[in-house]
Amino acid sequence: MTAVAPKPMSRTAGLVRRHTLTVFAVLAFLYLFLPVALIIVFSFNATQGRFNFTWEGFTLEHWDSVFGSPFGGSAAPAVDALLVSLRLAFASSLAATTLGTLIALALVRYRFKGRDTTNIALFLPMATPEVVMGSSLLAMFLLLRLPLGFGSLFIAHVLFTISYVVVTVKARLQGYDRNLEEAAMDLYANEWQTFRKVTLPLIMPGVFAAFLLGFALSFDDFIISNFNAGPRTITFPLWVFGAAQRGIPPEINVLGSIIFFVTVVVMLVNVRLQARRSRTASASAEIDHVPVADQSEKVSQG
Amino acid sequence: MTATQLENSNTSTLRTAGKVSTIAGIVFFAAGFEIIPVSILRSPWDLLVPLILSGVGMTLLLATIERRSRVPYYLLIPGGIWLFAFFVVPMFRLINVSLQEGIFPNFEFAWAWDNYTKLFTDFLAQGRNSLLYALTATVVAILIAYPLAYFIAFRGGAYKNLLLVMLLMPFLMPFLLRTLSWKIILADNGIVVEVLKGLGLLADDGRLLATGVAVVAGIVYNFLPFMTLPIYVSLEKIDHSLLEAAADLYSSSVTAFRKVTFPLSLPGVVAGTLLTFIPAVGDYVNASLLGTPQQFMVGNVIQSRFLVVLDYPVAAALSFTLMLVIVLMLLPYIRATGTEELVA
Repeated sequence: MTAVAPKPMSRTAGLVRRHTLTVFAVLAFLYLFLPVALIIVFSFNATQGRFNFTWEGFTLEHWDSVFGSPFGGSAAPAVDALLVSLRLAFASSLAATTLGTLIALALVRYRFKGRDTTNIALFLPMATPEVVMGSSLLAMFLLLRLPLGFGSLFIAHVLFTISYVVVTVKARLQGYDRNLEEAAMDLYANEWQTFRKVTLPLIMPGVFAAFLLGFALSFDDFIISNFNAGPRTITFPLWVFGAAQRGIPPEINVLGSIIFFVTVVVMLVNVRLQARRSRTASASAEIDHVPVADQSEKVSQG
Repeated sequence: MTATQLENSNTSTLRTAGKVSTIAGIVFFAAGFEIIPVSILRSPWDLLVPLILSGVGMTLLLATIERRSRVPYYLLIPGGIWLFAFFVVPMFRLINVSLQEGIFPNFEFAWAWDNYTKLFTDFLAQGRNSLLYALTATVVAILIAYPLAYFIAFRGGAYKNLLLVMLLMPFLMPFLLRTLSWKIILADNGIVVEVLKGLGLLADDGRLLATGVAVVAGIVYNFLPFMTLPIYVSLEKIDHSLLEAAADLYSSSVTAFRKVTFPLSLPGVVAGTLLTFIPAVGDYVNASLLGTPQQFMVGNVIQSRFLVVLDYPVAAALSFTLMLVIVLMLLPYIRATGTEELVA
């Protein structure tokens, strides 16, 4: 049988198409990184006016003022707002991760009446525009005469993070082996012991990833916070928005760059950890399941 | 025999009592929050009564089911209370406020439907902007995201994970700074404007900043991962043997794409469209920072009515209308995908 020679036209067409796609992807990534690069570059801009939109020369002054006197100097209000945001993100993500993990456990491990309602109840907050969620919460807080501040922000942030936590933890829970839990129960561990010693360690990477996602969502939220922060509690996004109306100090770019680099490092470390975990998990699963004869065969082949 | 009968009748009595108590609690609660327009709340402590009522009711209901099958409900209770108290209740409260009338700070519930009819006369321009910008941004986002997701899924090879990380990395820069950065890119004497003027695509006194173009550009950029990731996931799932089969049957690569790849990736496109359109239509940050009041969207109105003008009823009516539009859009989607896939 002679092999069918590929039509020359379609080959060149394929080649062109392949390269067009590659060129497009490169351009798309440039587009994605351009605004980020500009923020970092403009943190070194020797700007004179109130706004930091045109390049006027290189300076380290702004980085110096952020690191030199973070709590005095011109960067102080932004740093204070940053600390509020960090505290809020930590507290609300911790609470949302706890509540969301319990829901995810219920959804993955049990069949029960009311599943559909639960799924819809979790989907709706994700599908609700932030203005609607923020304004409806404000409507309730106003009625209760609840003073707006850290507490109301905490309530709101936990609310919009829960669903994302459930999604993340659920994804992790779906793939894992229930036999381990049953084995523990066979060995007379009660439900709580089984959960603490078997289930929790197994789902911990998923729970941790959910915590990070919740932290990021809370930390970066502007719209819902704008409705529920009240006049005295200022988070970092609220501060940036306020500052942008009056003029934009380059210290914002410095803080933004720092946030960017720190979160990139956290993200890369997390990706590495998750990759290693799944690799060791699949490796150990292979060792568990492959009979000895097969294993030696594999070794001789490898 | 009689013992089981007795037990059965006991269970059904318990169940009825539980249901009655739960429903009474919820109604009382609704009244307390003035969700239904009866004012009975004198102090926030009065809310303890419905809380105890529905608590007792739910305990009774739980008592009627087998011990082992109670576990999922225990797991759901804490999160469920949070979602009920801070999502469901406020949503109904929003409806109540939207039907009030008066002048700050004295608003009274009055079935004031004018608040809704007013929307169609006073805020038509902002509603039009919202729909126009969100739709345009969604289409542009598909045009950028689809080839990008295709490239990562089919040409990514060993670098697939790295490319996905790179896709998400820009979004670790705070949202508002990312948006402000577009002020530099689209500035009046910036490179984009100069190039477009050079090409004759923009009039000599033309500008991009403070126009709808800038707002759309900001929205597309800010919500791009919501479009790219679902498309990537659906492309990634495609069984490569299907494409090989198409090639074996002498289909050209274009036909294979049109008949196999694209239809199979449609669920991702639909999910991405919803995930982009919904935050886009409610957004007001891009319009505030990159536009002028002429580019303002529904979100800007809700924001200023609630926080600046203190005209709560109209703000609530607009907010609830926005929610209604989105729920109507979502219903066919929920029906098509089923509830299980929603939170997957």
